[in-house]
Amino acid sequence: MIKLPIYFDNAATTPVDKRVLEKMTPYFTEIFGNPNSQHVFGRESVKAVDNARDTIAGIINAKPNEIYFTSGGTEGDNWALRGVANAYKDRGKHIIISPIEHAAMIETAKALVKEGFTVDFMKVDGEGFVDLEHLKSIIRDDTIFVGCMMANNEVGTIEPIKEIAAIAHEKNAVCFTDAVQAAGVLDIDVKDLGVDLMSMSSHKIYGPKGVGALYIRNGLRISSIIAGGHQERMKRGGTTNVAGVVGFSEAFKIANEEREKNFNYVSSLRNHFIDRVINEVPFVKLNGPDKDKRDKYRLPANADFSFRYIEGESILFSLDLAGIAVSSGSACSSGSLEPSHVLLALGLPEGLAHGSIRFSFGKHNTMEEVDYAVDEIKKAVERLRAMSPLFKIEGDKKYV
Amino acid sequence: MYNEKVMEAFQNPQNVGEIENADGIGEVGNEVCGDIMRISLKIENDVIVDAKFKTFGCAAAIATSSTATAMIKGMKVDDALAVTNKIVIEKLGGLPPQKLHCSVLAEEAIKKAIEDYKNKQNK
Ligand code: FES
Repeated sequence: MIKLPIYFDNAATTPVDKRVLEKMTPYFTEIFGNPNSQHVFGRESVKAVDNARDTIAGIINAKPNEIYFTSGGTEGDNWALRGVANAYKDRGKHIIISPIEHAAMIETAKALVKEGFTVDFMKVDGEGFVDLEHLKSIIRDDTIFVGCMMANNEVGTIEPIKEIAAIAHEKNAVCFTDAVQAAGVLDIDVKDLGVDLMSMSSHKIYGPKGVGALYIRNGLRISSIIAGGHQERMKRGGTTNVAGVVGFSEAFKIANEEREKNFNYVSSLRNHFIDRVINEVPFVKLNGPDKDKRDKYRLPANADFSFRYIEGESILFSLDLAGIAVSSGSACSSGSLEPSHVLLALGLPEGLAHGSIRFSFGKHNTMEEVDYAVDEIKKAVERLRAMSPLFKIEGDKKYV
Repeated sequence: MYNEKVMEAFQNPQNVGEIENADGIGEVGNEVCGDIMRISLKIENDVIVDAKFKTFGCAAAIATSSTATAMIKGMKVDDALAVTNKIVIEKLGGLPPQKLHCSVLAEEAIKKAIEDYKNKQNK
């Protein structure tokens, strides 16, 4: 018997691994000291934070003093862009980011435009891959920042970060990557990639929410965005979330140790899911990298589909009623009433962007759950299409 | 985010479909989100004897279409014109603020269908 509800929204967040929780627990009650305190309570906490920093640095091939703890991916993105813009504005005011960045990047970039910076977007193709030639053509001598996510949260596209970093460095621009979806899933070596900054988050890899880290290469200039304390070597104010960073580092350690196993398991679920949906549900489009690229260029957990003639939010709630939790890029399900900027950047017509659903699988999911979900999807899609004024003539060209 | 009444109307909507040889048809698109609704009416002696809808839209659009069509059945056309989205929302026990615009679809589609009927009458 399948236990409902089923959670297929692992790209939004994941449950905390029991082993992680166990590691964290003493840091709420027994080892509760403020790492800034001089006494023994403080020193115990410092030890825990230092260990966590060492662990994380080791996994991504950085030095411990290049790891700065944050409240998560959003803060990391804000800090990287704003901090570099402030520190380098004497050199130039041109910024390049991809159009499929997290809102934390896009909104920060928009705010910087108001402050006199210029922002250009690198092009992505229909599968979400950055067009490197286009990037070369728009980068300038006064470009100070080039930012692109390592893997996209919505369509799962894995970007050529090493190449992007090389192009950025040719012009002496700082290269940033948002690795919130990639850290713990892909093998990451910051030195090999050549990035100067990288944001990470804990709760996407079975760690606690509200904690993450920003890798800042030694020697890079960056200004702070959170003043008011000498934590994190004067760069980020605020009492360190000791239990959180302990949990994050344990989650990252486990994710790294079990990376291959999880990668293979989760992609086997995902591949079975994609194959069944494509074969059994008519008029669907797989968004992001093509099917034959999925093993190398798409996050193992990700499958994003547009269901023609119907709207994403109504699919989301139909599946929710059937006990399946997913997310949608449709306008109706977002507070803003605009379809996902990622799908639009990939060139999807609004109608298709409207009918998009993201399924993201995790290590706790099973093949039975996947099969149950496909059966329910078929029912929901059929029911909603029967209600749709657009679904009258099979293959109606108007809406493809 | 939706209340139980809305979810129930979304899950088991009434009056889904299309009336053949309808006396009035109204199709509208929602400017806010791009959703689409079509309502068809069967009218005898100025009384709406049947109403059906098709919606490409969110759960709120489907729920309000169901409720609105159920409400106008049996009404005189001029009374049906007075069924505003506010009344439909009240009947459903409220909608989240960002979903209020969805309920306008049904009101407008009904108005358009009645207009269509009246135009046909005058010919
Ligand atoms: S009708 Fe479009 S969001 Fe509800």
